[in-house]
Amino acid sequence: MTKDPYPDYMRESINKVEKTRDRRAKEVFDQCSPDEIDDVLSKYHPDFIKEQKTKLRFGVSKGEVVPLEVARVIETKSIINPKDIDLTKIDFDTDVLIVGGGGAGANAALWAMKSGVKPENIIIATKLRMGDANTTMAQGGIQAAVHENDSPAIHYVDVVGGGHYENDPALVKRLVSDAPFMLKWYEELGMMFDKFPDGTMDAIHGGGTSRMRMHFAKDYTGLEIMRTLRDAVFNSGVKILEFSPAAELIKDDKGQVAGAVLLNLDTQEYIIVRSKTTILTTGGFGRLHIQGFPTTNHYGATFDGCVMGYRAGVPLRLLKSVQYHPTGAAFPEQIVGLLVTEKIRGKGAQVVNKDGEQFCFPLETRDVEASLIIRECVGRDNGIITPTGQRGLWLDSPLIDIIHGEGTIEKNFSAMVKQFGRYGIDITQDPMLIYPTLHYQNGGLKINANAETPVPNLYAAGEVTGGTHGSNRLMGNSLLEVSVFGRAAGISAAKRVQKVSLGKLTLSHVEQYNALCDEYKVKNPPSPIFFPDYTQPKHKERLLTSKFLH
Amino acid sequence: MARIIVANTEYKVPSNLTIMKALEYLGWRLKRGVGCRGGFCGACSTIYRMKGDHKLYTGLACATKVEDGMIIAQIPISPANKKSYNIDSLKAQPNTILELYPEVARCISCNTCTKACPQDIQVMDYVQAALRGDIAKAAELSFDCIMCGLCATRCPAEITQFNVGILARRLYGKYIAPKYKQLEKRVKEIEQGKFEDELSKLTKASKQKLVELYAARVREEVKR
Repeated sequence: MTKDPYPDYMRESINKVEKTRDRRAKEVFDQCSPDEIDDVLSKYHPDFIKEQKTKLRFGVSKGEVVPLEVARVIETKSIINPKDIDLTKIDFDTDVLIVGGGGAGANAALWAMKSGVKPENIIIATKLRMGDANTTMAQGGIQAAVHENDSPAIHYVDVVGGGHYENDPALVKRLVSDAPFMLKWYEELGMMFDKFPDGTMDAIHGGGTSRMRMHFAKDYTGLEIMRTLRDAVFNSGVKILEFSPAAELIKDDKGQVAGAVLLNLDTQEYIIVRSKTTILTTGGFGRLHIQGFPTTNHYGATFDGCVMGYRAGVPLRLLKSVQYHPTGAAFPEQIVGLLVTEKIRGKGAQVVNKDGEQFCFPLETRDVEASLIIRECVGRDNGIITPTGQRGLWLDSPLIDIIHGEGTIEKNFSAMVKQFGRYGIDITQDPMLIYPTLHYQNGGLKINANAETPVPNLYAAGEVTGGTHGSNRLMGNSLLEVSVFGRAAGISAAKRVQKVSLGKLTLSHVEQYNALCDEYKVKNPPSPIFFPDYTQPKHKERLLTSKFLH
Repeated sequence: MARIIVANTEYKVPSNLTIMKALEYLGWRLKRGVGCRGGFCGACSTIYRMKGDHKLYTGLACATKVEDGMIIAQIPISPANKKSYNIDSLKAQPNTILELYPEVARCISCNTCTKACPQDIQVMDYVQAALRGDIAKAAELSFDCIMCGLCATRCPAEITQFNVGILARRLYGKYIAPKYKQLEKRVKEIEQGKFEDELSKLTKASKQKLVELYAARVREEVKR
């Protein structure tokens, strides 16, 4: 017999979960009322801890409330001293520069090309490899109002209600209107969404949806989207610069954005790209570990795009709100914080406490569901504490096979089965221990429905932007967002290319920002930071070369 | 603690760490061989031997626990034979894959690729399916591929399996899987402006109105 992956006290709790399972299969909890939602959010959602927030002291969004970790990388000097940079030696001269090689960046490249820009005049610069992005890690699905009983208007109401009415209406309209088109385009690219024999795509609920419009490719939806987009980009002949993150945007003497300074991670040289248009698709801030939470995010998710965009004059909005995914892995230690897809609950798994009891509707919007879980653990002390001190509740996955028949979990959740199987946990037989984990940057750079920022020649799409999701994003709307606004950015940039005439290149905006930092006597390490640092103080203290990567 | 050998030097690291976290424990600040850290991106392909064992093992650094006696090296990028094609001008015929990747015919059925796969995919079986011209089978069997490249690194016939896989899946998804007719219909309806008025009204609606609409929603029931 193989060793039980769960310690005895956790196994005892699992026994209770098993005892209540048949009864719970028929048990339905009511959704929270608006008053209950206000109450649990204000008492338990990490966003409501005032001490964890601060107001930005300078820059174009002075006064904006942001998490402390965000202020630390915004209110600081650039890693670049403009005096060290020779802008007269241009390494690449191009029409469209895309910073970030995820789903939004790939869409931007492909649609800029479809809109008339030659592939040889498009550059994708990315921090790691093309496709190393949160898009790849998105498991659950992509929303689109396709069914007869659904409509973009119904999708719209779900989005703004879930976002607490703080969404930008024009962005939501574009998101829901273009959703079916993007799904269809993905079908034409050859993506393998789960379908019934007549071609109808399977679709389920996500948290906060009123219609079943979450389309998926097993629990590898983001991977299927990203690897197919990447294949299309590789086939296109677009130039890709890997291991070359952008450090700052370059402007011209007319105040337009005119490219970027990249950093070659291997040689540590800078690279000057002059570009008629620039698109930021750098993703979000999971690796800033807001309030010390573990994260589901990619290693490169360090907020670089917002930092650069802000210094170039693009306002930030809605950064006060952070998305904690209700179900991050809490055990075993090796995978703490990693995503356990919401699709698991979409298929019928329930969240239950240490006594095996349900305590809430399993598909509230993410902010509400996460708060209910924190309340059950912290407020009511009905959770499990792991040997390393991590709190958690049970996500009762075996229920799915009871509801839908044996084999459903294997077939629908092969990524999750593998993820836990590597550590001896069989999620078809045993529940998973979960706790909320840092997942998504709800706010970000200000754009309009055409993905244009207020600064000429600069566009942005995906998690780096703010407004589409208000103060809480629904599941399946981020894969949708990178699709819709990545495409919009590509099309807008292609139109703009015809009209641009660039002046003399300058980094004066960075100089001015650095001067502001002196004025405000900032003490934070310079940014963008590019990567989190997981080494220990004993290593940091002895570093000989410490110019960057802090 | 576990003794691991990195760059020919032996270190002691806590034995509950993954290979990736063990390297960080040793003070490495990773920039190659690291990506999503969750087993989805294939950036951290790793090969290792165990002291005293002739076999060469493969795994993802983010998802493989260190073991006593591990001799570790990372392969952050797999040099691949990637053919350039326009998916719109291909046809899903039995010979389509072979024409682009004729080396598939060199497969000697040694099953090394399958043994190397950290996703437990039956790699050799999908290569054989591709060889037979069974695109649907190759697509289905290769579906969980994260394109880490370990199969191609180990293949004695020098096949780039993961690129064969994605070609099979795209051919299947585009040409063989039945089309979603309601999706086509909905896209047309949107293009014809069917929802435009309603959406425009919503964008101008007051918060009070939206709160009412949100509260009045009836959640579609899940049929079980």
